[in-house]
Amino acid sequence: MQSGHISIWFFIGVLLTIYGAMILGDGVLDLITGHLPNVVLANLHAPVWWGALMLAAGIFYGVRFRPGRNG
Amino acid sequence: MFGLVPASVAGGNLSSLPSLLAFSIGPLAHLSPLDIAVIVIYFAMVLWIGFYLKKQANTSEEFFMAGREMTAWIAGLSFVSANLGSLELMGWAGSAYQYGILAAHWYWVGAIPAMLFLGMVMMPFYYVCKTHSVPGYLKLRYGPGASIVSAFSFAFMTVLMSGVNMFAMAEVMKVVLGWNLNFSIIVSSLAVAVYVALGGLRSAIFNEVLQFVLIWGGALLVPILGLIEAGGWTGFKAKLARDMATGAVANGDYTHMWRSMGHFADNPMGIHWTGIVFGLGFAISFGYWTTDFLVVQRVLAANNLRSARMAPVIGSFFKMAVPFIVILPGLLGLVVLQNPDGSLMHLVAENLATPGSGLHSYNEVLPLMLVRYCAPGLLGLGITALIAGFMSGMAGNVTAFSAVWTYDIYQPLINKNAKDEHYVTVGRWATLLGVIVSIGTAYLVMSAAGIMDYVQALFSFFISPLLGVVLMGMFWKRATKEGGFWGLLIGTLTSIGLWAWVYINPAALRYVALSPDAKTMAEDMYRALWSVITSVLVTFVVSLFTKPKSLAELDGVVYGATKLPIEEPVPFYKNEWAWTALAIVLFLALNIYFW
Repeated sequence: MQSGHISIWFFIGVLLTIYGAMILGDGVLDLITGHLPNVVLANLHAPVWWGALMLAAGIFYGVRFRPGRNG
Repeated sequence: MFGLVPASVAGGNLSSLPSLLAFSIGPLAHLSPLDIAVIVIYFAMVLWIGFYLKKQANTSEEFFMAGREMTAWIAGLSFVSANLGSLELMGWAGSAYQYGILAAHWYWVGAIPAMLFLGMVMMPFYYVCKTHSVPGYLKLRYGPGASIVSAFSFAFMTVLMSGVNMFAMAEVMKVVLGWNLNFSIIVSSLAVAVYVALGGLRSAIFNEVLQFVLIWGGALLVPILGLIEAGGWTGFKAKLARDMATGAVANGDYTHMWRSMGHFADNPMGIHWTGIVFGLGFAISFGYWTTDFLVVQRVLAANNLRSARMAPVIGSFFKMAVPFIVILPGLLGLVVLQNPDGSLMHLVAENLATPGSGLHSYNEVLPLMLVRYCAPGLLGLGITALIAGFMSGMAGNVTAFSAVWTYDIYQPLINKNAKDEHYVTVGRWATLLGVIVSIGTAYLVMSAAGIMDYVQALFSFFISPLLGVVLMGMFWKRATKEGGFWGLLIGTLTSIGLWAWVYINPAALRYVALSPDAKTMAEDMYRALWSVITSVLVTFVVSLFTKPKSLAELDGVVYGATKLPIEEPVPFYKNEWAWTALAIVLFLALNIYFW
């Protein structure tokens, strides 16, 4: 469908990468400073692993469906 | 639009929408700069997609049908996403808190059979006849009479419902975040107007897929963390049993779907299994998933017949999974939500959650769960998921309105022989018009919230009779144009008449829904069933006394008169029948497991 055009999966990859980096970055900062957000199960550091998952998925889709590469 | 409110998941009853707006305390959440950045980036992304796709929406086929270039996955995700509204997420989570897993009926029996039927049985006819819309199919099958009735009712009600949902969403944002109503309405509707008017259906579909991913990314964390806190499903059931034993949670069967369906009085919804199976599972859900152009339009944009058939099948798997992010958080809320003093929180009915009461309503369970678990950034993601859900529903409304207005009203009635570019321009303006009327409706509802009930009821009148007429037209060669027209008209009048009867005399519910123990929700199911039966019977009888079309005229639109293209053989893992079989097995397994 996207020959010559940008795939929707690329847009999704870009958005997930940005979100993943932001959330992971904030989570890592909290981890380093020892600050725990005021939420239940904060000790599980959900922003770190959820952000990392989003970042990984984002990079995968961003690269796999980057413009100019037929996917 | 149906997908935006709880009782409407499979189409039909929208009567519980006002209850969604009855929040008690607010705002529930306070956003950090990181959360706001997440939301702003989302808006930037959807606008970028709209501007980027403008150059791919030059012809009417590109603007209204996305060039019929969508893969099965994209069409399938868009198909589900157009139905997955934020108010639906919140409303059904609230219903799960209140009624337990019974609420999942609207996702499983109330959706999956219809989606599979659309893909495997009906899609070939929609796709082969190359119609641009469901009213367009009626025109090919029955002529202009039934088509015009259907087009006007659909176009009119689509923009009205879009406005109702817009207002409801703005109310949610006001209560959850403290946002100004005007701000929410204007910003979200302008964003939708821009990206749909620029890129047409392709832009709407792209954004719906994006929104689908965001909804899952934003909402999935809640049940995961909720299950961890509750000690898994087993731990949840143990805690629930303990709380029921101590009286902290009202007694009831929260974890089984069919055991309490033997009699109306045995379950809190006041529904009998016949209502669920034949009313919800057939009349309402088939009406919505197979004839509501809002969702069917997404599948018509598929790049070939196999993709068009595969798209609803793919969508069915995701639909089956939605209870994980909607029903499960509602159930978990029963045992994990706590007051600041550590005691178990009790959510209450909307009329009790008045300002100053200090109580939260059932419909606040999802935002409460979001706030409970989501740290900065993740909370913004969850809120973005709610906004994305709203925007995908609204984009679905305006793209469907634009196509029906242009192809089924403007072209046949106003300007038959214009150039292709002219119709694209009309479509763009229709998109803007649809958004403007939606905004107007939102403000109308704001000034008189009672209007909402009538608008919602009005829409439900047209869906089920349409199902009867489409099914008769698609599978019975003898059905005539007079039969289709009168079937649609009398089926609709039947639906309106039954609604008015119960409205004027609530005791009539015992006749409409077959039991004095029936509750309001059962009414919608049985009313839909009676209107389908009426439209089928009227179409049948009138057709017997009128002249049918010749077989040649029915080529491409009727079973038995259409030569379907032979599809290339593919490996089993790409075969739509194999995936349909798997979906059926999974559907049955889920119902048996939670029996």
